[in-house]
Amino acid sequence: MSEALTSDNHLPAGAAAPRRAKPVRRFLRNPQAVISALVLGVVGGAVLLAPLLSTDPGAAELSKAFAGAEPGHPLGFDSAGRDVWSRLLHGGRNTLGGALIALAVALSIGVPSGLVAGYYGKWFDAVANWAGNFVMALPAMVVLLASRAILGPTMWVLMVVLGVLVAPSFFRLVRGIVATVRGELYVDAARVSGLRDRRIIARHVLIVVRAPIIIQIALVAGIAISLQAGLEFLGIGSGDLPTWGAMLNEAFQNVQRSPLFMLWPGLALGITSAALVLLASALRDVLEDGGTPPPRPRAARRARVSAPTTSDSAGARAALLSVRDLAVSYGSGASAVDVVRGVDIDVAEGEVVGLVGQSGSGKSQTAFSVLGILPEGGRVSRGSILIAGTEVVGLPEKRYRALRGGVVAYVPQEPMTNLDPAFTVGGQLVEPMRLRLGLSRKAAAERALELLRQVEIADPRRVFDAYPHEISGGMAQRVLIAGAMSCDPKLLIADEPTTALDVTVQAEVLELLRRLQAERGLGVLLVTHDLGVVADLCDRVAVMNAGRIVETGRTAQVLTRPQDPYTRTLIEAVLDDAPARPAWVAPRAADGAEVPA
Amino acid sequence: MLRFAVRRLAAGLFLLFVVSFVSFVLLSVPNLDVARQLLGQSAPQHAVDAKTAELGLDQPILARYAQWLGDALAGDLGTSWFTSENVLTAIGHRLPVTLSLMLGVTLVTAVLAFLLGVWAGVRRGAVDRIVQVLGVVGYALPGFLVTLVIVLVFAVQLRWFPAIGYIPLTTSVPGWLSTVTLPILSLSVAAVAGVSQQVRSSVIDVLRQDYVRTLRARGLPPGRVLFRHVLRNAAAPALTVLGMQFVGLLGGAVLVEQIFGLPGIGSMTVTYTTRGDTPVIMGLVMTTVVCVVVINLGVDLLVGWLNPKARAA
Amino acid sequence: MSGVWPEPLPAPAAPPGPRILDIRDLRVSFPGKGWRAPRVEVLHGVSLDIRPGETVGLVGESGSGKTTIGRAVLGLAPVHSGAVEFRGERIDRASARRRRRLSQDLQVIFQDPFASLNPSIPVGETLAEPLHAQGVPGRDARRRVLDLLGRVALPADAAQRLPREFSGGQRQRIAIARALAIGPKLIVCDEPVSALDLTTQRTVLDLLLEIQEQTGVAYLFVSHDLSVVRYMSHRVNVIHRGVIVESGDAEQVTTAPRHPYTQRLLLSAPVADPAAQRDRRAALDRRRAEENT
Repeated sequence: MSEALTSDNHLPAGAAAPRRAKPVRRFLRNPQAVISALVLGVVGGAVLLAPLLSTDPGAAELSKAFAGAEPGHPLGFDSAGRDVWSRLLHGGRNTLGGALIALAVALSIGVPSGLVAGYYGKWFDAVANWAGNFVMALPAMVVLLASRAILGPTMWVLMVVLGVLVAPSFFRLVRGIVATVRGELYVDAARVSGLRDRRIIARHVLIVVRAPIIIQIALVAGIAISLQAGLEFLGIGSGDLPTWGAMLNEAFQNVQRSPLFMLWPGLALGITSAALVLLASALRDVLEDGGTPPPRPRAARRARVSAPTTSDSAGARAALLSVRDLAVSYGSGASAVDVVRGVDIDVAEGEVVGLVGQSGSGKSQTAFSVLGILPEGGRVSRGSILIAGTEVVGLPEKRYRALRGGVVAYVPQEPMTNLDPAFTVGGQLVEPMRLRLGLSRKAAAERALELLRQVEIADPRRVFDAYPHEISGGMAQRVLIAGAMSCDPKLLIADEPTTALDVTVQAEVLELLRRLQAERGLGVLLVTHDLGVVADLCDRVAVMNAGRIVETGRTAQVLTRPQDPYTRTLIEAVLDDAPARPAWVAPRAADGAEVPA
Repeated sequence: MLRFAVRRLAAGLFLLFVVSFVSFVLLSVPNLDVARQLLGQSAPQHAVDAKTAELGLDQPILARYAQWLGDALAGDLGTSWFTSENVLTAIGHRLPVTLSLMLGVTLVTAVLAFLLGVWAGVRRGAVDRIVQVLGVVGYALPGFLVTLVIVLVFAVQLRWFPAIGYIPLTTSVPGWLSTVTLPILSLSVAAVAGVSQQVRSSVIDVLRQDYVRTLRARGLPPGRVLFRHVLRNAAAPALTVLGMQFVGLLGGAVLVEQIFGLPGIGSMTVTYTTRGDTPVIMGLVMTTVVCVVVINLGVDLLVGWLNPKARAA
Repeated sequence: MSGVWPEPLPAPAAPPGPRILDIRDLRVSFPGKGWRAPRVEVLHGVSLDIRPGETVGLVGESGSGKTTIGRAVLGLAPVHSGAVEFRGERIDRASARRRRRLSQDLQVIFQDPFASLNPSIPVGETLAEPLHAQGVPGRDARRRVLDLLGRVALPADAAQRLPREFSGGQRQRIAIARALAIGPKLIVCDEPVSALDLTTQRTVLDLLLEIQEQTGVAYLFVSHDLSVVRYMSHRVNVIHRGVIVESGDAEQVTTAPRHPYTQRLLLSAPVADPAAQRDRRAALDRRRAEENT
């Protein structure tokens, strides 16, 4: 048991994420969230306390029309001589109250129906989904106007209609998330644990939809306020009920005389809506996990590395690929993390070199840096990479590009995600050949068909015309190999080329790689975690752990007589030679339990 | 592709049918005494009854709907109760105004949103943050408030454009331009904000895809990868959002036309709904929904063309 | 691999002893994609049995239906016809209520330790879930959770932490602890180690073996990896396209398979010894040549 623990803890530190602060604390640390919440709080408070803070909004003194501020009337008087401050506060009550009704209706329709449709599916889902799409295809403003013709000019009733109109935004959101959660293994596990559906929804499903619903509430509130104010602005709300929209309408009528009247209701409306949307976007950062770290400045990614000094550490360098003291870093300054720390590796012409290690060992990062295609944020921070005699660290992008495809080619791990779904297989094969070899469309197509034949695809014409989603994984990997071969490279970087494939397909693809390698005299850098694949294909092998190479040598020697302790652990974990489980014997304990006393 | 198009078209027609039925029934429920309203309080009862029969309001709802549907399929949307105008002609006069607005907004949005979105998605950093803030603000402010500010600044203060009125394209091109520029600008703000955010996030998403890395590894120039592969894959979700924005734009047009005094479908909707003129309201609802269906069909076909997988769905 | 394989081998005579699980002629089908599409059958009459304390391996490639068998036993996949008997009782049509009671005896460990734990629920609560479902009072449940964590060699303070704070191997230990919570008689292990690194894989397998020794629990062990199945199972079933083509003792099936598909499966898996792999490759080439003539 103790042995189990220690080797388990060997895993790279990056595998386990650090603890995150509680949402409340994260909220308080986010200035955008705090400020927009404060603004909304002030607006809400002022509006709630309107009767205490102001006078009767309907009281008009015609003599005071358009009069400026005076004590007790801080914002002056409107065109009918009514107090602007009172109307603003009471208008806020009606505007925000209306939005609140719409929101409540939308929530009470959208969330439960979304939960049921997403969790149980079947006919209810089909019907509700159609209804949702139906409502979303209706222009809300036109429907509201039509409803007014039916229901009369009562603002509160119209807000209920508005609630129905925006309900699909909650329905869709909840339904989508719940349907995903429903397919999660942890829900299956909860069912197997004997939990009732009710409890599963309460525990596992609601906890996941909670945050998105809160965010959506802020967004929909903004939309509801905006539509409500728009209706009132058109002057088709409830007569002379004060609202921000109606105030704007009055002000707009008098825009030539006194444009400043639009300022107060406009400001109130603008600030409230903006605060809601800003709150929503801040809540998204606070509540949703895995917020992407801010992208690193572009300048750093392009940073040139000082030209490498000639390596004296590792003897003669191979002609095809020679890597010395390579380091790859993510992030900059104090937070920089090295994922590759001083790797030396050589591939001679016609040689297959394996690079093995467990996840997080830095083997794929090494491969990417040879090709110059490190993911965003990663960079070669030290070392030298020679490809066919050309130093590529610090090489201008244009010259580097000339090497890619032509001298060094790449076979990726996941066949299905490495083909562009929008183009046919043929189109994707033809494009680089036309560009790089200057072939005509026809010549390139012929060559592509020939390549498909070479990678042993039975019906090249059909595959040529197919889209990636129409072919199988094994087929897609052959297509990717054909693509890598298309411009006659000298060096192949294969990153776990068979990991995603079934074992029988893997054997065929390995066979294909071996044949192509022998026919074309390719040098291959084969990145893999599978020691069997190494044994099958590689002349030499380098073992990587935690960003460093711990052992290099001939394949037979490393696999059968490993020198390094880590290599030994790795090889001991292989189950090939472990004995098969002996036949079952009835356990005495179980027997005893079954036999009645 | 053809089967896909036919399926989408059928779904659109079905939607139209349901909308027409639901609105017709709902509009008939209040059962206002329309004939009395038209003839005035002093009219004798037999005249009112005769008017009611003339309008067909003595029939049961379903019969009236069947009648309306039959006429509509034959290209006749009836006449207004209040003005005796032919509904189709009235809408026909006003539709070009609204459509020209929509066309302008769609063009402006497509160009600006894609430029901003791609720029932000590819460059990231400060540019990205600026575009994101603009997006949030443009989305946050109520559309008609933005319109009012635009009127205040460009028409009232600077007097660059007229605040009100419409000059048809056929009368004078510069005149038309001067009257539609501010409305188009007003409507575009929210649309550009929404669509550019979607373009930005899908560009970032596609740039992270494995196949983009593989294309780079094949030695394709970055510009080609961006414009041929990234843009094509990022365009589909952005177009979907553009289609959804369009539904909102039709609503926005109501306010914008009202503010700028444009004789389009939107201002017509306001006028006739306040009066409860059922044949005209039906005509207007059907027209807007036809617009939505056509746009969605166009978007679906474009997305299907861009993304072969969507065709199968 | 599109070749047509010979008929499946007849199943060997049922081994002696009481059975905990008995699957007979199981058929499972799913609704087809699209409107009015015909149902797609993924299991075409599968039979297998497990005795108390025994591990029965189920090996096959993607799409073979191996996972579906486990899910059908757990009531997570619809059984079209055939019978699933657990401790002498039919459970293929068990009611939701019966299923909840069954969870005392029948548990699962899924392939993906990242997906099988709810990311927003602390580990302790996830572990207490099956206990609460069986009506264990809160205080006892808490004590039992600590006990379980110790059993899978995780520190006691793990209960308060969220799944993302653990590595893949540790999460799989948590999943094992959850399966053990109420002392089950049978655990369906669905590719429990295929998402793990080589060294972690070995320690998790050894933990499963140790637990079996201590508790006498039986495993239905589903995997694509012949060497893992061989290490874990007393008996092995090989499944291909919804049909069990060969079954027998682990030693026989994994070293001297009789069905051509099993032979191909065995020869296709490369071994980590260059000399042995050379022989295996040569044998595979010969087989291919034979199949093509």
